[in-house]
Amino acid sequence: MSMLIQVVLDGIWSGLLYGLVAAGLSLIWGVMDVLNFAHGEFLMAAMYVSFWLGFLFKLDPLVTWIAAGAFLFILSVLSYKLVVKRTMGKAMAPLLATFGLSMLIKNFAMNRFTPNFRILSDTVMDGKSIIFGEVVIPVPQFVVGIFSLVVLGALYLFLTRTRFGWAVQATAMDAEAARLMGVNTERIFLLVFGIGGACVGVAGGLLPSYLATHPDIGTLFGLIAFMVVALGGFGSIPGALLAALIIGLVESLAGFYFAPVYKYVAVFGIYLVVILVRPKGLFGW
Amino acid sequence: MNSKIIRKLGFPTLVFALALLPAFGVIGKGFTSHVLILILLNAAMAQAWNLIGGYGGQVSFGHSVFFGIGAYGAAYAVCVGGNAPWGGALAGIIIAAVVSVLVSYPCFKLKGHYFAIATFAIVEIFNRLFMVWDWIGGALGLDYPILKDSWKNFTWASDKTGYYYGAVVIFALVFAIIKYLEKARFGYYLRAVREGQETAESLGVNSTRMKLAAMALSAAVAALCGAFFAQYNYRVDPPTVMSLDMSMKFVLVAILGGIGTFWGPLLGALVLIPLQEYTRAYLAKLGSGVDLIIFGLIIILMMEFQPGGIMGILSAVRKKAIAARSQKPEGAR
Repeated sequence: MSMLIQVVLDGIWSGLLYGLVAAGLSLIWGVMDVLNFAHGEFLMAAMYVSFWLGFLFKLDPLVTWIAAGAFLFILSVLSYKLVVKRTMGKAMAPLLATFGLSMLIKNFAMNRFTPNFRILSDTVMDGKSIIFGEVVIPVPQFVVGIFSLVVLGALYLFLTRTRFGWAVQATAMDAEAARLMGVNTERIFLLVFGIGGACVGVAGGLLPSYLATHPDIGTLFGLIAFMVVALGGFGSIPGALLAALIIGLVESLAGFYFAPVYKYVAVFGIYLVVILVRPKGLFGW
Repeated sequence: MNSKIIRKLGFPTLVFALALLPAFGVIGKGFTSHVLILILLNAAMAQAWNLIGGYGGQVSFGHSVFFGIGAYGAAYAVCVGGNAPWGGALAGIIIAAVVSVLVSYPCFKLKGHYFAIATFAIVEIFNRLFMVWDWIGGALGLDYPILKDSWKNFTWASDKTGYYYGAVVIFALVFAIIKYLEKARFGYYLRAVREGQETAESLGVNSTRMKLAAMALSAAVAALCGAFFAQYNYRVDPPTVMSLDMSMKFVLVAILGGIGTFWGPLLGALVLIPLQEYTRAYLAKLGSGVDLIIFGLIIILMMEFQPGGIMGILSAVRKKAIAARSQKPEGAR
């Protein structure tokens, strides 16, 4: 029984992590109808920022996530200006252009930093855990989970409770009409892309506390983020959180009951089943 | 007058010229032969994708699944069965077509990005299953034994002429099928479904059947190319033949050439493959990944300035030339 609780908790931790990683993607997709293929590589870039700050200046990821978030905000704004803005509205062009961007970032990291796995030793949270009877809660995962809930909650409140958030929602529903109502949609797109990038920057900034950094790490995270967003439904933040938890739990339970190698087969399989029953995702309209 | 003759005779002439190339001693052991073979193979792959992605309008990122099934079919027959690759390749082609229909039927319900992401998921599922399937070598893949050079084995240890002829046959076959379909009823139906599914259906076109037929044919051709690749590459493993990277190759060549056009896949391969092979060979001293960095940049720039690909550039140039010509007489008068 305690084993099962442990497995479920592990699933919740990875689910919350996926939620944090996918939050920015969900925002961008929902508002701009752009699937940013380079999302996973943004995460990887943020991990390198945090890793190098930790390695060179002995700063802990608990601090450097701020720098990683800021760096990713800038990187995203640049990506929007240089790549996304110039391809938006042309069928598959943004998807393929951001795929080109992902190749660029990934291979730049490969070229500069080598494919080696880089591990930040003795971070504050590394290896620490809270023990409740027979159940162990690893601290890094727990902290990332808290961050995830805070970031997703903040995004949700921002979208539903602020004037700027209403303008974002109006733009998402009908950019043309929003423009006629005096919303500066150009600025909205820019900021949404920047904020979306900053969210994944926060996730990537925290991850070096317990994961190794390498140029390929973004690929799987990026794919899972696509699943989370598509499963949750077009730009729905609560949907993304629910989808992320489902994916985390499926991954953890499949790894436990079958074998670890089948956990992503189960994740992608569940995704296909749900999406075929609800083609617009769980919370989509 | 000229353009009509080119349109009619251009393709047969090209195939004829390609078939004659070995007689001039161009094809043999060198790097050039390798690049030519890859150009023809990738053009055929992109044309297969173009049928469903370009003419059919269903942007699939799942074609490496079919490519991989074909590759494993041939490799299994040789490496495990100890036979010639032909039967295995044929089985792979049939299985790929069946799998494509089974997988696509439900997925055609999904639109736009949702369809694209579903095809990513399918690639990942197949990739991971093949990684742990020991019957076909698991993550290690299948390595070819050393065999005698012959057409029966479809194997040549050093001289590439046989592979070259094989690539020319595949290229000619695939392009001829598309050329025929472009003008056949099926081709018109397929494009009608792409332009407006509801409209086409209201006129009596069974859109699901059209898309499924296009997907099955596309998958069969992808599997054929995969079988050829297995014979040429001399080993198969899931990361090489059944991965998102391989899927993207189908898409990128087609899109850079210009989707939904007959010559696009060939033009895309003509530009991308030499670029990929020569940069890999000459920029190696700059460290790993430089070729892919350049690749990424080209994709971004192409999408920004001409999403219609090389065919789009050509037609823009031609329009300009026609406009210039129609203005000239006025000035001359």
